[in-house]
Amino acid sequence: MKRFLIPLFLFLALVVFLAIGLQRDPREIPSPLIDKPAPAFSLPTLNPATGPFSPADMKGRVWLLNVWATWCVACRQEHPLLVDFAQRHQVPIVGMSYKEIQPQDAQAQNMDASAKLQFARERSQVWLSRYGNPYELSVMDIDGRVGILYGVYGVPETYVIDQLGVIRYKAVGEVTPDILASKVLPLVQKLNAS
Amino acid sequence: MQTEAPRWLWPVWLCAAGLLLSFGFCWPRPARAQVIANPTAAAATAPAWGPQAAPLSEEPELEARLLKLSEELRCLVCQNESLASSRAELAEDLRREVRSLLREGKSDQAVKDFLVARYGDFVLYRPEFKPLTWLLWFGPFALLIGAFAGLGWYLRQPRAPLEAGPDLSEAERARVDRWLKD
Repeated sequence: MKRFLIPLFLFLALVVFLAIGLQRDPREIPSPLIDKPAPAFSLPTLNPATGPFSPADMKGRVWLLNVWATWCVACRQEHPLLVDFAQRHQVPIVGMSYKEIQPQDAQAQNMDASAKLQFARERSQVWLSRYGNPYELSVMDIDGRVGILYGVYGVPETYVIDQLGVIRYKAVGEVTPDILASKVLPLVQKLNAS
Repeated sequence: MQTEAPRWLWPVWLCAAGLLLSFGFCWPRPARAQVIANPTAAAATAPAWGPQAAPLSEEPELEARLLKLSEELRCLVCQNESLASSRAELAEDLRREVRSLLREGKSDQAVKDFLVARYGDFVLYRPEFKPLTWLLWFGPFALLIGAFAGLGWYLRQPRAPLEAGPDLSEAERARVDRWLKD
């Protein structure tokens, strides 16, 4: 046995491990919420005419929860995909406008809660009329507290929630055509068939 | 043959001592955090002249707990910062959330559980000690012990004896002695 080859093999093993490490995205943190019930909440909707929404309203349906904001650049990139997805497949998507009011919105900082809601609704509505509205309805999470319940740490995030209100999948960052076609759609179809 | 401690072990002792020392230095020291977090305590020891600065918070004890706790929690957006040191918006929201949980009378462990249930073990800077993380906790020590064992094994192996030199004549030997002396 050629003993001088041992360090070479050790080095190659190290290279393989490092190469695997480089392929992984440190931003992708496995969510502990998968296969757990979607946290309950009650939030005002984008449309002032409809009452507050709660995930319990979707019981019996497989649906997507998409966390977005008008200030979120990646949301604009994924948006046409969602519009297309909602048109082609009968999958309800609920939008969650996440912390629409940002520190740079100086004029909104000193508003009271209802004025802030009004401000966020108007801006979100303009954005949706411009880029298309894939959502069955949208809820307004102004202070981001519901986002914390769902473990949101970067918009956009997309959840697949089943008939019993259990989270089955979570995508952090913009969804791609590949994620929609290979993960989300098969899962939704499987859940709908069960 | 090797009765007293072999000389090659010296670097090993040095490494072990260095390791222990670095542990001592790196172990979290809460005292430093409390000074910052408890402005009233700092003010109490300050000289009594001049107007005192108003305390930063109405609830110094709660703030001290918050700071201590958030030093052990990771900011999800800026992953190499703790929740205490991060200025990211999400970190601010999470601090606010932790503050309100503490105000409700939740224990430190309950707050950690709340965050772990939503963001995963990743939020904890000091991973919990459980079967899943045994490799994480013991791995480095296992590697170290393995490396020392390998070193010891290698050094204890019998060497091939030095080859005997060629036979020298008397005249050659004298020449070698003369060269070595010069």
